[in-house]
Amino acid sequence: MPKGRKDPAYRKRIGYHAGLLAGMALIVSALLALGNQQTKADIELRLEEDMRASLAMVIPHELYDNDLLSDAAIIVTDDSEEKLVYIARMNNQAIAVAFKIIEQGYAGPIQIMMGISRDGNILGARVISHMETPGLGDKIEVKKNDWILKFDGHSLENTSSTQWAVKKDGGKFDQFSGATITPRTVVKAISKGLILFRDKIKPEIVMKNTTEE
Amino acid sequence: MKTNFKTLVKEGIWNNNVVLSQMLALCPLLAVTGTATNGLGMGLATIVVMVIACAIVSSSRGIITQEVRIPIFVLLIAGVVTLVDMYINAYMHELYKVLGLFIPLIVTNCAILGRVESFSSKNDILPSMIDGLMMGIGFTLILVVLGATREITGSGTLFANASLLLGESFSFLEVVLIENYKGFLLMILPPGGFIALGFILAGKRIIDRRHSEIAKNKQVEASDAVNA
Repeated sequence: MPKGRKDPAYRKRIGYHAGLLAGMALIVSALLALGNQQTKADIELRLEEDMRASLAMVIPHELYDNDLLSDAAIIVTDDSEEKLVYIARMNNQAIAVAFKIIEQGYAGPIQIMMGISRDGNILGARVISHMETPGLGDKIEVKKNDWILKFDGHSLENTSSTQWAVKKDGGKFDQFSGATITPRTVVKAISKGLILFRDKIKPEIVMKNTTEE
Repeated sequence: MKTNFKTLVKEGIWNNNVVLSQMLALCPLLAVTGTATNGLGMGLATIVVMVIACAIVSSSRGIITQEVRIPIFVLLIAGVVTLVDMYINAYMHELYKVLGLFIPLIVTNCAILGRVESFSSKNDILPSMIDGLMMGIGFTLILVVLGATREITGSGTLFANASLLLGESFSFLEVVLIENYKGFLLMILPPGGFIALGFILAGKRIIDRRHSEIAKNKQVEASDAVNA
């Protein structure tokens, strides 16, 4: 811009300001729409891969021969919340399910993916996302600590309802030094998931997808 | 007006550093520097946004008027950040999982608005981009230094998860400095960020004062020589 250049008179008008702002907003919105269109398919693909990866962690892949992602059913929980349940089948028999549970932790919601076999045993549970304190509560991540693996094989049958708690509360599961709320939340979430399986998912999904022969 | 590129580099990285001198961008700075890797990732994303935003503003400075410049700058920066966010999510998904939450935070980085307003809106494209790049590098340096300080004192590691950010070939960066370190939680939490930043700021003041004293001594010597 040459120094001392004077703005033309039309730039002083309020109409020019408004038009400029509107024009810029239009251009930016158009670019965003274009970018969104270009990346949408890829982002969905990535999210699908993520979902596949977290499903693979909670149901061992040798147990089933179907495509989990395309084989899901919706159940309505008691709080009239819709929940997506992925069904693992072997020879068309439902042998396990996987679903997400969300429970309020210390600093925000904790999302857990859990896999349950048809007889109600936990095949695996993983924390997908959380906002717990780094260094204290984040030991629920499998990357940081193997604590979450200790749930494998537990069920409502082999662990009584009073045992579904952290040791501090008289239960079966360890808490971490310095963090009680986070592990307490995870234990509660997982036991809730098991109850949901027993009351809703098993009768509504597993039984309907197996032929009693 | 001829632009001195050497000055731009010096100003951006040290003299007029975004954090150390302008005290801008503290929100993203303190939020992400729990580890050096996070700091580096945030720094790189900020550099990209900064350079693009500076280029756009500089090239359209002829049509933007004084009265509506701020909303237009905010609009442009937010647009660039959103686009960067989408593209990183689609094509660098591993990085996105590490940085995810922090990329939208770049919009709140007043350093970008500051540079756009005080430099790009008055200069040609090339100097503006170099200014943005240098300011971004200066910011990244502080992010990495602060992240490394907090990571070493807080959890005894350095560049943890760097391979997630930069690819497997950079896994050599991941060092466990102190084995079986129990961790000093304070340093990872926000107060630790403030404390570490305070030390870094003090460090810069000390170095700058040394430099000016040396310069002064030289002047005195020179004038002594003239007098003798």
